[in-house]
Amino acid sequence: MNHHQPDLDTSPEVSDEIRKTTCYMCACRCGIDVHLKDGKVKYIEGNRDHPINKGVLCAKGSAGIMQHYSPARLQAPMKRVGERGEGKFETISWDEAFDIAVKSLAPIREKAPHKLAFFTGRDQSQSLTSFWAQQFGTPNYAAHGGFCSVNMAAAGIYTMGGAFWEFGVPDWDRTKMFMIFGVAEDHDSNPIKMGLSKLKERGAKIVGVNPVRSGYNAIADEWVGVTPGTDGLFVLAMIHVLLKAGKVDLEYLMRYTNAPMLVNMDESSDEHGLLLRDVHGQFMVQDRVTGAPAAFDQKGVKPVFTGEITYQGTKYTPVFQLMTEKYLSDEYTPEAVAERCGITAETIRRLAAELAHVAFEQEITIDQPWTDWKGEKHQTMTGRPVSFHAMRGISAHSNGFQTCRAIHLLQILLGSVEVPGGMRFKPPYPKPVGIHPTPHSYATPGGPLNGPHLGFPTGPEDLALNASGTPIRIDKAFTWENPLSAHGMMHMVISNAHAGDPYKIDTLFMYMANMAWNSSMNSRGVMDMLTDKDEDGNYVIPNIIYSDAYSSEMVAFADLVLPDTTYLERHDCISLLDRPISEADAICDSIRWPVVEPDRDVRGFQSALIQLGSKLGLPGFVNEDGSEKYKDYADYIVNHERRPGVGPLAGFRNKDGSGKGRGEPNPAQIDKYIENGGFWQDHIPEEALFYKPWNMAYQNWAVERGIFDKPSPYLFSIYVEPIQKFRLAAQGKGELQPPDHLREQLIEAMDPLPVWWAPYEEQSVDCEEYPLHALTQRPAAMYHSWGSQNAWLRQIHGTNPLYVSGEVWVKHSFEEGDWAYVTSHHGKIKVPVVRMDALNPHTVWTWNAIGKRKGAWALDENAPEATKGFLLNHLIHELLPPKGDGLRWSNSDPITGQAAWYDLRVKIEKAPTGDGVSQPETSVQTSPVGQGPKDIAYGEEF
Amino acid sequence: MTALPTSTAKKLGLVIDLDICVGCHACVINCKEWNTSNYGAPLSDQDAYGENPTGTFLNRIHTYEVKQPQKPAQTVHFPKSCLHCEDAPCVTVCPTGASYKREEDGIVLVNESDCIGCGLCAWACPYGARELDVKEGVMKKCTLCVDRIYNENLPEIDREPACVRTCPANARHFGDFADPESDVSRMSAERGGMRLMAEQGTKPVNRYLPPRPKADIQTDSDINILAPFLEPVSETPKGLLGWLDKALEAI
Repeated sequence: MNHHQPDLDTSPEVSDEIRKTTCYMCACRCGIDVHLKDGKVKYIEGNRDHPINKGVLCAKGSAGIMQHYSPARLQAPMKRVGERGEGKFETISWDEAFDIAVKSLAPIREKAPHKLAFFTGRDQSQSLTSFWAQQFGTPNYAAHGGFCSVNMAAAGIYTMGGAFWEFGVPDWDRTKMFMIFGVAEDHDSNPIKMGLSKLKERGAKIVGVNPVRSGYNAIADEWVGVTPGTDGLFVLAMIHVLLKAGKVDLEYLMRYTNAPMLVNMDESSDEHGLLLRDVHGQFMVQDRVTGAPAAFDQKGVKPVFTGEITYQGTKYTPVFQLMTEKYLSDEYTPEAVAERCGITAETIRRLAAELAHVAFEQEITIDQPWTDWKGEKHQTMTGRPVSFHAMRGISAHSNGFQTCRAIHLLQILLGSVEVPGGMRFKPPYPKPVGIHPTPHSYATPGGPLNGPHLGFPTGPEDLALNASGTPIRIDKAFTWENPLSAHGMMHMVISNAHAGDPYKIDTLFMYMANMAWNSSMNSRGVMDMLTDKDEDGNYVIPNIIYSDAYSSEMVAFADLVLPDTTYLERHDCISLLDRPISEADAICDSIRWPVVEPDRDVRGFQSALIQLGSKLGLPGFVNEDGSEKYKDYADYIVNHERRPGVGPLAGFRNKDGSGKGRGEPNPAQIDKYIENGGFWQDHIPEEALFYKPWNMAYQNWAVERGIFDKPSPYLFSIYVEPIQKFRLAAQGKGELQPPDHLREQLIEAMDPLPVWWAPYEEQSVDCEEYPLHALTQRPAAMYHSWGSQNAWLRQIHGTNPLYVSGEVWVKHSFEEGDWAYVTSHHGKIKVPVVRMDALNPHTVWTWNAIGKRKGAWALDENAPEATKGFLLNHLIHELLPPKGDGLRWSNSDPITGQAAWYDLRVKIEKAPTGDGVSQPETSVQTSPVGQGPKDIAYGEEF
Repeated sequence: MTALPTSTAKKLGLVIDLDICVGCHACVINCKEWNTSNYGAPLSDQDAYGENPTGTFLNRIHTYEVKQPQKPAQTVHFPKSCLHCEDAPCVTVCPTGASYKREEDGIVLVNESDCIGCGLCAWACPYGARELDVKEGVMKKCTLCVDRIYNENLPEIDREPACVRTCPANARHFGDFADPESDVSRMSAERGGMRLMAEQGTKPVNRYLPPRPKADIQTDSDINILAPFLEPVSETPKGLLGWLDKALEAI
């Protein structure tokens, strides 16, 4: 047959219209161009102008169509008609739904507002939800940070006024050596992929520190297959090597950190371990010239870093000396930690030396004059081009807070934070502890709470404890067990409420949090707690209100279901008051707006919450005459002011749209955002781009933009004094005293300098019996638990085998297609196994949140997610195994309460294949939305 | 059987950079998303919410593990789609003339109205780059987004394949390999771009860039560069603190 070419239309019409909004297929919040044809979503691509993704879009974002048209979408409000957990519901109207909610909530608010526990999941509207909870008056509010990454966030804030991801970012354009700890393939995924690509192009070195060599670690120049939970020890050993070789940035430490501050060394003093201040409350250092203490910022003072000084009869030693003595000790030599970390001493030394080499020999200088907060002028900006990033692999351990601190300390010692080539903050960060709120928990029946729930305690006086010392909050956040639980402890709410410890509640109100399945430790236990009845036949947790867009496992456990919209049908704001999307060079925020209207009887949860707030007459949600203040979330986004002139969106304020950060509400604000592509950004002036905590140009710009109300320069805290205050209390000092059984734990954990201890589960189980570490990771192509019902994404990851190392594979004579029992101190599961050699030999792992309960998510009961998929959660308990002291010890970080689900220890053995179904099997829940169609051919209509 | 054009004016194709592909599947899904509602029949999915979901994809990522002696095992992500071969066996095997290679740019396409779904082309392709759409009964394959790259309804900057536009790691590039000055030709020349399974003689147009040599601060030939960074200033903490005092004096 001869060559024959048909005529081809190479310029077909693409779409009728493009609407620009914000993705929600993970937490990156990329800008997307949604192409519409005949009113339907035809194609979604990245927005080229958007500061986060600059046009690119990942698999999740591109699969948004399947999410938007998912058969698992809830259709209308529902009330439960069967038993809890069965999934039997009756469709009701929104009026009836609000009536039920008001009947449950109004009396609680009048009599005992703490009987409402309101917790939200991976939503990004915490500035609204926390405001609502505050106006309701319950102390029991938080979002999901307690089991996600509070260790990362809190350690960063306490140490240097910000951490990674939403707080700060490596200087991708200048850094020459980059270490990424405990990040699989998610968490700022598009920006990280874009950044790694830039590094590769420039020949910068990428070091991946992760027990599993997938995703980013697969392309790293060097992979360090660290043993889980030992990253802190590895980092402190590098610090040991650097200190010993004198490879630290002394000038940086002197100018920008509390390294020279004087620590009270008198053990008998009530201020033992606290920092010396003058009568104005200013930190003091020992002046090199006079030898006497002087305010650290006094002109001409040059501080001493070492030695001891006696002042008014008390001995003081500089922070730097205490730090040096601590880390030079033999316990931190590379040889001492090598075996435990699974990294050779030689590698530890070499990596430390490489960091030093790049930081000090490959220094960057930018000819940009700037002025510091003391008025001193600098002609250039000096960069130390090493940078770091870390996430959940670091934070989800019981030593996570101090490990995060150690990573920050390493960055600080190298002088690489907020400098060219280093780690840079993203506005509104940097923000020191002092300008964040402290926690508030004082409830008055019928009135609002006395302030924001969550915050950063500065000492025992900020704990949420009753006069009798009992916890005020249902999750026991901000107590002696976990004093700095800055994100609350959502993972403890259900078990505490079920146990009535510290008290019983009436209503559990949750949003987008799949607690009855993959978002809880001990999933089976949680299901039982949610369905448990008392002697009178009433549910132990009397009322459950739940909002979700999809038929998740948790829906079946609700008494009242408020159906949410998809992310393409809603208003949202990605607010500077919440979890912002700024870049290091610019302040940014963005919106979502209904690019398509819902075709079901659903409402955006935030709109429903606002409407419920006005029906309850909550202050802030009603006018003086009691009428509704905001019609819906869009109305609130535009018109709510948190402080005069400062609202949820920073861009296009004032009637003429000229206000940046500050300005009166602009009724056309959302239209302006839509016109601008769904986002707003404002670039930081050149002289303010680096040294942000100390740069007057930045500080003044930040005040102009409404980030704070007065310049707030501060020093980095190598030594965190608020932590020492808790340790001091544990040593018997001060009026507020911890219970005796917690003293020892507090003294060890509340170390004002970063420290490492073995993960608690490892300390409490027999490690010979449970020799393996077990982890979960997120794949690049999925994020939320809803990802695995997405028709396209589930063809990529439809099951989640347990990956085992070659060593374990051979030892147990596994063969392809085999199954294994995996047992922890708490439970036993049966799972499919797959060999993986690019893995720490003592670690097994699987993908997170792929396993599904039968009947959920509009999937077939025999879907592989429900038959071969599994949850590691069944092996993890929210409490540690009993120690024999009769006490409950939490499986969490003792400082922040972060759930320590990466501490899990297991043993593995070969299992008979049997029916080839994962165990435990959970009964089928009735699907309130039926089951998805058999075959699809999306795009036929176009 | 079907003839190939004697030559093509351009040789359009992709460069895929294995140095930076993290295996995130962005290209896989964006490809599916674009192509299911553009050129030809939709890319259907069978049993989409059921026990054995399978669908038509024009681009897939395969993940392998490479074990080498004395080195840690390595994960390799390998994206694969039609390579638009110069001597495309999928075209010559086609009994109806449905499979063809375009004279003007070398893109290999399937004219679906002539395709009888016999599957011979998929059998002939040594790369497994063609998939029969079960619902439509026609052969589907990468079109190099022929409905994007010349599309005057798209802004000029977007006239590239969907997989290239979406790739977050910038691991995919599009251009004309017939032009030695094109970005893809140069990139391929500089980085040693490889033809996949060249021994098959199909002359694939797409090129794969092998991983770059690993960036290393310390190289074998330069073993001592790091030594000064490990030299203790003193063996004792006290000595170190004394050194420190002097160092501070100098600031």
